Amino acid sequence: MTAISMVLACITVAGAVTAMTRRNLVHAVLALVVAFLGLATLYLTLGAQFVGFAQILVYVGAVSILAVFVILLTRGASLEADATPASKWIAGLLIAAGTFGLLGYSIGSSRVARFAVEAPPQTTVKQIGNALMGAYVLPLEVVGLLLTAALIGAVIIAVDDRKVSR
Amino acid sequence: MTPLTGYLLVAALLFSIGLAGALTRRNAILVLIGIELMLNSANLNFIAFWRFGPHPEKMTGMVFALFSIGVAAAEAALGLALILAVYRHYKTIDLDQIDALKG
Repeated sequence: MTAISMVLACITVAGAVTAMTRRNLVHAVLALVVAFLGLATLYLTLGAQFVGFAQILVYVGAVSILAVFVILLTRGASLEADATPASKWIAGLLIAAGTFGLLGYSIGSSRVARFAVEAPPQTTVKQIGNALMGAYVLPLEVVGLLLTAALIGAVIIAVDDRKVSR
Repeated sequence: MTPLTGYLLVAALLFSIGLAGALTRRNAILVLIGIELMLNSANLNFIAFWRFGPHPEKMTGMVFALFSIGVAAAEAALGLALILAVYRHYKTIDLDQIDALKG
């Protein structure tokens, strides 16, 4: 990893840690935006410009704003009343640390670390469009269907029945 | 340490942070945010394997990451809608207080 991607990775991890430890929900979502932006710049350093900008549009632009909307709509419940019991904290941290240890061990001992590093591939948006409309056209249609179903489902779930029937 | 190992370790760290948050936090919105972080770490893995894998010109990893972002967006919208519905019913989104299956 180059120095730049190292710094970006540190910013991303710091944003994620802050998002998971703040008690104020709005602050947590702002830290989450930092983590998402760091990830998008990591994609840029990896040469995946289109995915990086899609990440900014979808996560920074839509998911975070949606989370802020829900936080404001559930106002009053947004501050956790009392601290999480210590036993739960310790158990959760132990499970997460164990997961990280296992993943780190598998990464360190795996063969993929010895892939030869090639020159960065040149990808244009035209190539991505050709791939999406050619080899991956069926998954693309399925994702379109899924998003439509999710849109209708979210509206049906979130709508207030009592207000509608009145 | 090769570049691929570095990116994989960052993704593993992000996944663990998201897992810790999803397990320990009591607020439903923060649990959902933790799950989003875990999905994002998987996306980072897709992109890293695409970049340093044997056949980057086929763009499999990149297209998979794009689809993954689309599915995660649908998941976030539905999850937040469910939280709104739960809040309207129980007047709280504290997961420790939502303990009844019957409405």
